[in-house]
Amino acid sequence: MYAFTYHRATGLRHAANLLEKLEDPKILAGGQTLLPTMKQRLASPTNLIDLDKVEGMSEITAAGRSVTIGALTRHNDVHKSPIVQQAIPALAYLAGLIGDPAVRHRGTIGGSVANNDPNADYPAACLALGATIVTNKRKIAADEFFKGLFETALEPNEIITKITFPVPKKAGYYKFRNQASRFALVGVFVAKRPSEIRVAVTGAGSSGVFRVPSFEEALKKRFSPKSLEGLTIPADGMASDIHGSAEYRAHLVNVCARRAVAAADEKTPAE
Amino acid sequence: MPTVSMKVNGKDAKADVDPRTLLVQFLRENLRLTGTHVGCDTSQCGACVVHVNGKAVKSCTMLALTADGAEILTIEGLANGAQLHPMQEAFRENHALQCGFCTPGMIMTAVDIVHRKGNNLEEHTIREELEGNICRCTGYHNIVKAIGAGARAMSGEVTKQAAE
Repeated sequence: MYAFTYHRATGLRHAANLLEKLEDPKILAGGQTLLPTMKQRLASPTNLIDLDKVEGMSEITAAGRSVTIGALTRHNDVHKSPIVQQAIPALAYLAGLIGDPAVRHRGTIGGSVANNDPNADYPAACLALGATIVTNKRKIAADEFFKGLFETALEPNEIITKITFPVPKKAGYYKFRNQASRFALVGVFVAKRPSEIRVAVTGAGSSGVFRVPSFEEALKKRFSPKSLEGLTIPADGMASDIHGSAEYRAHLVNVCARRAVAAADEKTPAE
Repeated sequence: MPTVSMKVNGKDAKADVDPRTLLVQFLRENLRLTGTHVGCDTSQCGACVVHVNGKAVKSCTMLALTADGAEILTIEGLANGAQLHPMQEAFRENHALQCGFCTPGMIMTAVDIVHRKGNNLEEHTIREELEGNICRCTGYHNIVKAIGAGARAMSGEVTKQAAE
Protein backbone atom coordinates (compact mmCIF):
# COMPACT_ATOMS: atom_id res chain seq x y z
CA MET A 1 0.00 0.00 0.00
CA TYR A 2 1.29 3.46 -0.84
CA ALA A 3 1.30 6.11 1.89
CA PHE A 4 -1.75 8.33 2.31
CA THR A 5 -3.05 10.89 4.75
CA TYR A 6 -5.94 9.68 6.86
CA HIS A 7 -8.97 11.82 7.64
CA ARG A 8 -11.73 10.74 9.98
CA ALA A 9 -14.96 12.37 8.86
CA THR A 10 -17.22 13.35 11.75
CA GLY A 11 -20.29 13.90 9.60
CA LEU A 12 -21.51 13.96 6.03
CA ARG A 13 -20.85 17.68 5.62
CA HIS A 14 -17.34 17.29 7.01
CA ALA A 15 -16.69 14.44 4.57
CA ALA A 16 -18.06 16.50 1.66
CA ASN A 17 -15.88 19.47 2.62
CA LEU A 18 -12.78 17.29 2.79
CA LEU A 19 -13.67 15.77 -0.56
CA GLU A 20 -13.91 19.24 -2.15
CA LYS A 21 -10.76 20.59 -0.58
CA LEU A 22 -8.22 17.77 -0.54
CA GLU A 23 -6.03 16.69 -3.40
CA ASP A 24 -6.64 13.23 -4.90
CA PRO A 25 -9.12 12.10 -2.23
CA LYS A 26 -10.94 8.81 -1.86
CA ILE A 27 -13.86 7.88 0.35
CA LEU A 28 -13.42 4.82 2.60
CA ALA A 29 -16.70 3.15 3.60
CA GLY A 30 -16.49 -0.52 4.66
CA GLY A 31 -13.18 -0.93 2.85
CA GLN A 32 -13.82 -4.50 1.71
CA THR A 33 -12.91 -3.59 -1.86
CA LEU A 34 -10.90 -0.41 -1.48
CA LEU A 35 -8.36 -1.76 1.02
CA PRO A 36 -7.51 -4.88 -1.03
CA THR A 37 -7.27 -2.62 -4.10
CA MET A 38 -4.89 -0.30 -2.28
CA LYS A 39 -2.81 -3.25 -1.08
CA GLN A 40 -2.42 -4.30 -4.70
CA ARG A 41 -1.46 -0.72 -5.52
CA LEU A 42 -4.29 -0.53 -8.03
CA ALA A 43 -5.55 2.47 -6.06
CA SER A 44 -3.26 4.97 -4.37
CA PRO A 45 -5.23 7.94 -3.08
CA THR A 46 -3.25 10.78 -1.49
CA ASN A 47 -6.01 11.44 1.02
CA LEU A 48 -8.34 8.84 2.51
CA ILE A 49 -11.60 10.06 4.07
CA ASP A 50 -13.00 7.45 6.46
CA LEU A 51 -16.80 7.50 6.88
CA ASP A 52 -16.80 4.86 9.62
CA LYS A 53 -17.68 7.29 12.42
CA VAL A 54 -20.34 9.18 10.41
CA GLU A 55 -23.72 8.67 12.03
CA GLY A 56 -27.20 8.66 10.58
CA MET A 57 -26.27 7.02 7.30
CA SER A 58 -27.08 3.42 8.12
CA GLU A 59 -30.81 3.49 8.66
CA ILE A 60 -33.38 1.40 6.83
CA THR A 61 -36.84 2.93 6.49
CA ALA A 62 -40.05 2.10 4.66
CA ALA A 63 -42.26 4.88 3.32
CA GLY A 64 -45.24 4.35 1.03
CA ARG A 65 -44.24 1.84 -1.60
CA SER A 66 -40.49 2.14 -1.19
CA VAL A 67 -37.64 1.12 1.07
CA THR A 68 -34.69 3.43 1.70
CA ILE A 69 -31.34 2.10 2.83
CA GLY A 70 -28.61 4.39 4.18
CA ALA A 71 -25.36 4.20 2.21
CA LEU A 72 -23.32 3.00 5.20
CA THR A 73 -25.65 0.08 5.97
CA ARG A 74 -23.61 -3.12 6.18
CA HIS A 75 -24.57 -6.05 3.97
CA ASN A 76 -25.40 -8.15 7.02
CA ASP A 77 -27.80 -5.48 8.29
CA VAL A 78 -29.62 -5.36 4.95
CA HIS A 79 -29.76 -9.16 5.00
CA LYS A 80 -31.19 -9.21 8.54
CA SER A 81 -33.53 -6.21 8.22
CA PRO A 82 -37.18 -7.14 8.91
CA ILE A 83 -38.21 -4.17 6.74
CA VAL A 84 -36.24 -5.39 3.73
CA GLN A 85 -37.15 -9.03 4.34
CA GLN A 86 -40.82 -8.14 4.36
CA ALA A 87 -40.92 -5.61 1.49
CA ILE A 88 -38.27 -6.94 -0.90
CA PRO A 89 -37.17 -10.41 0.26
CA ALA A 90 -35.05 -10.89 -2.87
CA LEU A 91 -32.93 -7.90 -1.85
CA ALA A 92 -32.42 -9.22 1.69
CA TYR A 93 -31.49 -12.58 0.17
CA LEU A 94 -29.02 -10.96 -2.24
CA ALA A 95 -27.27 -9.09 0.59
CA GLY A 96 -26.70 -12.43 2.36
CA LEU A 97 -24.83 -13.79 -0.67
CA ILE A 98 -22.14 -11.11 -0.76
CA GLY A 99 -18.64 -12.26 0.21
CA ASP A 100 -18.73 -14.15 3.51
CA PRO A 101 -20.09 -13.37 6.99
CA ALA A 102 -17.07 -11.33 8.13
CA VAL A 103 -17.03 -9.34 4.88
CA ARG A 104 -20.76 -8.68 5.28
CA HIS A 105 -20.09 -7.20 8.73
CA ARG A 106 -17.97 -4.46 7.15
CA GLY A 107 -18.99 -3.96 3.52
CA THR A 108 -21.62 -1.29 2.80
CA ILE A 109 -24.31 -0.93 0.16
CA GLY A 110 -23.14 2.58 -0.76
CA GLY A 111 -19.58 1.43 -1.18
CA SER A 112 -20.61 -1.46 -3.40
CA VAL A 113 -22.83 0.70 -5.60
CA ALA A 114 -20.23 3.49 -5.88
CA ASN A 115 -17.57 0.99 -6.88
CA ASN A 116 -19.79 -0.64 -9.55
CA ASP A 117 -17.73 -3.79 -9.81
CA PRO A 118 -18.98 -5.64 -12.93
CA ASN A 119 -19.38 -8.81 -10.81
CA ALA A 120 -21.03 -7.21 -7.78
CA ASP A 121 -24.58 -8.10 -6.74
CA TYR A 122 -26.17 -4.78 -5.78
CA PRO A 123 -25.97 -3.11 -9.22
CA ALA A 124 -28.30 -5.81 -10.62
CA ALA A 125 -30.82 -5.18 -7.83
CA CYS A 126 -30.65 -1.39 -8.31
CA LEU A 127 -31.20 -1.63 -12.04
CA ALA A 128 -33.96 -4.24 -11.92
CA LEU A 129 -35.87 -2.56 -9.12
CA GLY A 130 -35.54 0.92 -10.65
CA ALA A 131 -33.74 2.27 -7.59
CA THR A 132 -32.80 5.89 -7.04
CA ILE A 133 -29.28 6.62 -5.86
CA VAL A 134 -29.33 9.67 -3.59
CA THR A 135 -26.14 11.69 -3.12
CA ASN A 136 -25.29 14.79 -1.10
CA LYS A 137 -26.02 16.78 -4.29
CA ARG A 138 -28.85 15.09 -6.22
CA LYS A 139 -30.90 12.01 -7.02
CA ILE A 140 -29.79 9.71 -9.81
CA ALA A 141 -31.95 6.99 -11.36
CA ALA A 142 -30.21 3.62 -11.52
CA ASP A 143 -30.77 3.70 -15.30
CA GLU A 144 -28.46 6.72 -15.49
CA PHE A 145 -26.07 5.68 -12.75
CA PHE A 146 -24.13 2.61 -13.93
CA LYS A 147 -21.85 3.67 -16.78
CA GLY A 148 -19.53 0.74 -17.37
CA LEU A 149 -16.73 -1.14 -15.65
CA PHE A 150 -16.21 0.56 -12.27
CA GLU A 151 -17.72 3.72 -13.84
CA THR A 152 -20.71 5.58 -12.46
CA ALA A 153 -22.46 8.92 -12.92
CA LEU A 154 -20.95 10.13 -9.62
CA GLU A 155 -19.03 13.39 -9.82
CA PRO A 156 -15.68 13.45 -8.01
CA ASN A 157 -17.17 15.53 -5.18
CA GLU A 158 -20.30 13.43 -4.65
CA ILE A 159 -21.05 10.99 -1.85
CA ILE A 160 -23.90 8.48 -1.94
CA THR A 161 -26.07 9.02 1.13
CA LYS A 162 -28.87 6.51 0.57
CA ILE A 163 -30.59 4.34 -1.98
CA THR A 164 -34.35 4.14 -2.45
CA PHE A 165 -35.89 0.94 -3.82
CA PRO A 166 -39.49 0.95 -5.05
CA VAL A 167 -41.24 -2.17 -3.73
CA PRO A 168 -41.94 -4.58 -6.61
CA LYS A 169 -44.93 -6.91 -6.90
CA LYS A 170 -42.41 -9.71 -6.81
CA ALA A 171 -38.71 -10.15 -7.40
CA GLY A 172 -36.09 -12.88 -7.48
CA TYR A 173 -32.33 -13.11 -7.66
CA TYR A 174 -30.20 -15.99 -8.77
CA LYS A 175 -26.44 -15.91 -8.44
CA PHE A 176 -24.06 -18.32 -10.11
CA ARG A 177 -20.96 -17.85 -8.03
CA ASN A 178 -17.36 -17.88 -8.99
CA GLN A 179 -16.24 -20.59 -6.59
CA ALA A 180 -13.00 -18.86 -5.67
CA SER A 181 -13.98 -15.21 -5.31
CA ARG A 182 -17.66 -15.63 -4.31
CA PHE A 183 -18.46 -12.82 -6.77
CA ALA A 184 -21.17 -13.42 -9.37
CA LEU A 185 -19.87 -15.14 -12.47
CA VAL A 186 -23.40 -14.37 -13.58
CA GLY A 187 -26.23 -13.00 -11.44
CA VAL A 188 -29.72 -12.15 -12.64
CA PHE A 189 -32.23 -10.02 -10.76
CA VAL A 190 -35.81 -10.15 -12.06
CA ALA A 191 -38.43 -7.68 -10.84
CA LYS A 192 -42.12 -7.59 -11.63
CA ARG A 193 -43.00 -3.98 -11.01
CA PRO A 194 -46.47 -2.40 -11.17
CA SER A 195 -45.59 -0.77 -14.50
CA GLU A 196 -43.07 -3.13 -16.09
CA ILE A 197 -40.87 -6.18 -15.80
CA ARG A 198 -37.12 -5.78 -15.58
CA VAL A 199 -34.32 -8.30 -15.98
CA ALA A 200 -30.90 -7.04 -14.91
CA VAL A 201 -27.69 -9.02 -15.30
CA THR A 202 -24.43 -8.66 -13.39
CA GLY A 203 -21.16 -10.51 -13.93
CA ALA A 204 -21.75 -11.36 -17.57
CA GLY A 205 -21.41 -8.10 -19.48
CA SER A 206 -18.08 -6.76 -20.69
CA SER A 207 -19.22 -3.28 -19.69
CA GLY A 208 -21.01 -4.03 -16.44
CA VAL A 209 -24.62 -4.48 -15.44
CA PHE A 210 -27.23 -4.51 -18.23
CA ARG A 211 -30.90 -5.27 -18.93
CA VAL A 212 -32.25 -7.90 -21.32
CA PRO A 213 -35.21 -6.39 -23.27
CA SER A 214 -36.04 -9.66 -25.08
CA PHE A 215 -36.42 -11.52 -21.75
CA GLU A 216 -38.50 -8.66 -20.31
CA GLU A 217 -40.80 -8.78 -23.33
CA ALA A 218 -41.26 -12.54 -23.00
CA LEU A 219 -41.99 -12.31 -19.28
CA LYS A 220 -44.56 -9.56 -19.88
CA LYS A 221 -46.71 -12.10 -21.74
CA ARG A 222 -46.43 -14.59 -18.94
CA PHE A 223 -44.28 -14.30 -15.81
CA SER A 224 -42.94 -17.85 -15.76
CA PRO A 225 -39.56 -19.55 -16.25
CA LYS A 226 -41.14 -21.33 -19.23
CA SER A 227 -41.48 -18.00 -21.08
CA LEU A 228 -37.68 -17.84 -21.28
CA GLU A 229 -37.12 -21.34 -22.61
CA GLY A 230 -35.25 -21.35 -25.89
CA LEU A 231 -34.43 -17.64 -25.72
CA THR A 232 -30.78 -16.77 -26.13
CA ILE A 233 -28.67 -13.68 -25.92
CA PRO A 234 -25.67 -13.08 -28.16
CA ALA A 235 -22.19 -13.78 -26.81
CA ASP A 236 -21.12 -10.44 -28.28
CA GLY A 237 -20.68 -8.00 -25.44
CA MET A 238 -20.21 -10.71 -22.81
CA ALA A 239 -17.06 -10.78 -20.71
CA SER A 240 -14.60 -13.54 -21.47
CA ASP A 241 -11.80 -14.58 -19.13
CA ILE A 242 -10.22 -17.59 -17.40
CA HIS A 243 -13.40 -18.05 -15.35
CA GLY A 244 -15.71 -18.45 -18.33
CA SER A 245 -16.00 -17.73 -22.04
CA ALA A 246 -18.45 -15.22 -23.50
CA GLU A 247 -20.58 -18.09 -24.85
CA TYR A 248 -20.70 -19.77 -21.44
CA ARG A 249 -21.75 -16.53 -19.76
CA ALA A 250 -24.44 -15.89 -22.41
CA HIS A 251 -25.78 -19.37 -21.72
CA LEU A 252 -25.74 -18.80 -17.95
CA VAL A 253 -27.73 -15.58 -18.32
CA ASN A 254 -30.73 -17.58 -19.52
CA VAL A 255 -30.29 -20.28 -16.87
CA CYS A 256 -29.98 -17.73 -14.07
CA ALA A 257 -32.91 -15.68 -15.39
CA ARG A 258 -35.21 -18.72 -15.34
CA ARG A 259 -34.12 -19.58 -11.80
CA ALA A 260 -34.61 -15.96 -10.71
CA VAL A 261 -38.17 -15.98 -12.08
CA ALA A 262 -38.83 -19.27 -10.28
CA ALA A 263 -37.43 -17.76 -7.07
CA ALA A 264 -39.68 -14.70 -7.47
CA ASP A 265 -42.68 -17.01 -7.59
CA GLU A 266 -41.74 -18.71 -4.35
CA LYS A 267 -42.48 -17.14 -1.01
CA THR A 268 -38.97 -17.58 0.24
CA PRO A 269 -36.11 -17.00 -2.17
CA ALA A 270 -34.24 -20.04 -3.43
CA GLU A 271 -31.17 -21.16 -1.51
CA MET B 1 1.67 10.07 12.96
CA PRO B 2 -1.96 9.84 14.01
CA THR B 3 -2.84 8.21 17.30
CA VAL B 4 -5.18 5.28 17.65
CA SER B 5 -6.68 3.94 20.81
CA MET B 6 -8.92 0.98 21.35
CA LYS B 7 -9.76 -1.66 23.92
CA VAL B 8 -8.21 -5.04 23.14
CA ASN B 9 -9.29 -8.02 25.23
CA GLY B 10 -10.47 -5.62 27.90
CA LYS B 11 -7.24 -3.63 28.10
CA ASP B 12 -6.68 -0.12 26.74
CA ALA B 13 -4.21 0.06 23.89
CA LYS B 14 -2.89 3.24 22.34
CA ALA B 15 -0.17 4.01 19.81
CA ASP B 16 0.96 6.37 17.10
CA VAL B 17 0.66 4.54 13.80
CA ASP B 18 1.38 4.96 10.13
CA PRO B 19 -2.11 5.37 8.58
CA ARG B 20 -1.44 2.27 6.45
CA THR B 21 -1.29 0.05 9.54
CA LEU B 22 -3.89 -2.67 9.29
CA LEU B 23 -5.75 -3.78 12.39
CA VAL B 24 -4.00 -7.15 12.22
CA GLN B 25 -0.58 -5.47 12.09
CA PHE B 26 -1.48 -3.32 15.07
CA LEU B 27 -2.51 -6.40 17.04
CA ARG B 28 0.51 -8.47 16.06
CA GLU B 29 3.29 -5.92 15.85
CA ASN B 30 2.32 -3.21 18.31
CA LEU B 31 0.59 -5.34 20.91
CA ARG B 32 2.49 -8.58 20.20
CA LEU B 33 -0.78 -10.50 20.12
CA THR B 34 0.43 -12.95 17.52
CA GLY B 35 -2.43 -15.41 17.88
CA THR B 36 -4.26 -13.60 15.11
CA HIS B 37 -2.68 -14.80 11.88
CA VAL B 38 -2.21 -13.41 8.40
CA GLY B 39 -2.83 -16.12 5.84
CA CYS B 40 -3.76 -14.68 2.48
CA ASP B 41 -3.79 -10.95 3.28
CA THR B 42 -6.57 -10.60 0.69
CA SER B 43 -9.65 -11.18 2.93
CA GLN B 44 -10.26 -14.67 1.59
CA CYS B 45 -8.88 -17.07 4.19
CA GLY B 46 -10.17 -15.85 7.56
CA ALA B 47 -7.02 -16.61 9.59
CA CYS B 48 -7.14 -12.99 10.79
CA VAL B 49 -10.73 -12.95 12.07
CA VAL B 50 -11.21 -11.01 15.30
CA HIS B 51 -14.32 -9.47 16.85
CA VAL B 52 -14.77 -5.72 16.46
CA ASN B 53 -17.55 -4.43 18.71
CA GLY B 54 -18.84 -7.99 18.96
CA LYS B 55 -18.80 -8.85 15.27
CA ALA B 56 -16.42 -11.07 13.31
CA VAL B 57 -14.25 -9.02 10.99
CA LYS B 58 -11.23 -9.78 8.84
CA SER B 59 -8.56 -7.73 10.56
CA CYS B 60 -6.34 -7.71 7.45
CA THR B 61 -9.03 -5.67 5.71
CA MET B 62 -9.59 -2.94 8.24
CA LEU B 63 -7.30 -0.04 9.08
CA ALA B 64 -6.18 0.20 12.69
CA LEU B 65 -7.30 3.84 12.58
CA THR B 66 -10.84 2.80 11.62
CA ALA B 67 -10.94 0.69 14.78
CA ASP B 68 -10.33 3.77 16.92
CA GLY B 69 -12.57 3.59 19.99
CA ALA B 70 -13.62 0.03 19.23
CA GLU B 71 -13.64 -3.00 21.50
CA ILE B 72 -11.58 -5.80 20.01
CA LEU B 73 -11.61 -9.43 21.05
CA THR B 74 -8.81 -11.68 19.79
CA ILE B 75 -8.12 -15.36 20.34
CA GLU B 76 -5.93 -14.40 23.32
CA GLY B 77 -8.92 -12.85 25.05
CA LEU B 78 -11.22 -15.82 24.74
CA ALA B 79 -10.03 -18.12 27.53
CA ASN B 80 -10.84 -17.43 31.14
CA GLY B 81 -7.35 -17.54 32.63
CA ALA B 82 -6.13 -21.12 32.34
CA GLN B 83 -9.61 -22.37 31.54
CA LEU B 84 -10.21 -22.67 27.81
CA HIS B 85 -13.31 -21.16 26.24
CA PRO B 86 -15.86 -23.93 25.44
CA MET B 87 -15.19 -23.45 21.72
CA GLN B 88 -11.42 -23.83 22.22
CA GLU B 89 -12.07 -26.91 24.35
CA ALA B 90 -14.32 -28.35 21.63
CA PHE B 91 -11.59 -27.84 18.99
CA ARG B 92 -9.17 -29.72 21.24
CA GLU B 93 -11.63 -32.50 22.06
CA ASN B 94 -12.53 -33.06 18.41
CA HIS B 95 -9.01 -32.73 17.07
CA ALA B 96 -10.22 -29.92 14.80
CA LEU B 97 -6.80 -28.86 13.67
CA GLN B 98 -3.65 -30.14 12.15
CA CYS B 99 -1.10 -27.38 11.62
CA GLY B 100 -3.19 -24.90 13.59
CA PHE B 101 -2.59 -21.90 11.37
CA CYS B 102 -6.26 -21.32 10.55
CA THR B 103 -7.46 -22.26 14.04
CA PRO B 104 -7.59 -18.83 15.73
CA GLY B 105 -9.69 -17.46 12.87
CA MET B 106 -11.85 -20.58 12.81
CA ILE B 107 -12.55 -20.28 16.54
CA MET B 108 -13.32 -16.54 16.40
CA THR B 109 -15.67 -17.17 13.47
CA ALA B 110 -17.24 -20.11 15.31
CA VAL B 111 -18.03 -17.98 18.36
CA ASP B 112 -19.52 -15.33 16.05
CA ILE B 113 -21.71 -17.98 14.39
CA VAL B 114 -23.04 -19.01 17.80
CA HIS B 115 -23.77 -15.35 18.66
CA ARG B 116 -25.77 -14.94 15.46
CA LYS B 117 -27.32 -18.38 14.99
CA GLY B 118 -27.68 -19.82 18.46
CA ASN B 119 -26.46 -22.98 20.17
CA ASN B 120 -28.10 -25.64 18.06
CA LEU B 121 -26.37 -25.52 14.73
CA GLU B 122 -27.16 -27.77 11.80
CA GLU B 123 -24.14 -29.16 10.02
CA HIS B 124 -25.04 -27.42 6.76
CA THR B 125 -25.39 -24.09 8.59
CA ILE B 126 -21.90 -24.45 10.02
CA ARG B 127 -20.46 -25.34 6.62
CA GLU B 128 -22.17 -22.37 4.94
CA GLU B 129 -21.08 -19.98 7.65
CA LEU B 130 -17.47 -21.15 7.32
CA GLU B 131 -17.20 -20.03 3.72
CA GLY B 132 -14.86 -17.20 4.65
CA ASN B 133 -12.45 -19.44 6.58
CA ILE B 134 -10.08 -21.67 4.72
CA CYS B 135 -8.19 -24.65 6.15
CA ARG B 136 -5.56 -26.17 3.87
CA CYS B 137 -4.68 -29.30 5.78
CA THR B 138 -7.29 -31.22 7.76
CA GLY B 139 -10.36 -30.72 5.68
CA TYR B 140 -13.37 -29.39 7.49
CA HIS B 141 -14.93 -32.49 8.99
CA ASN B 142 -13.59 -32.21 12.52
CA ILE B 143 -13.83 -28.42 12.47
CA VAL B 144 -17.55 -28.69 11.73
CA LYS B 145 -17.93 -31.30 14.47
CA ALA B 146 -16.07 -29.12 16.95
CA ILE B 147 -18.16 -26.05 16.20
CA GLY B 148 -21.38 -28.00 16.71
CA ALA B 149 -20.09 -29.32 20.05
CA GLY B 150 -18.65 -25.95 21.08
CA ALA B 151 -21.92 -24.22 20.29
CA ARG B 152 -23.83 -26.64 22.55
CA ALA B 153 -21.22 -26.23 25.29
CA MET B 154 -21.56 -22.46 25.08
CA SER B 155 -25.22 -22.70 26.05
CA GLY B 156 -24.09 -24.22 29.35
CA GLU B 157 -21.74 -21.30 29.74
CA VAL B 158 -24.57 -18.81 29.34
CA THR B 159 -26.74 -20.58 31.91
CA LYS B 160 -23.80 -20.71 34.28
CA GLN B 161 -23.19 -16.98 33.90
CA ALA B 162 -26.87 -16.26 34.38
CA ALA B 163 -26.86 -18.31 37.57
CA GLU B 164 -23.86 -16.48 38.98
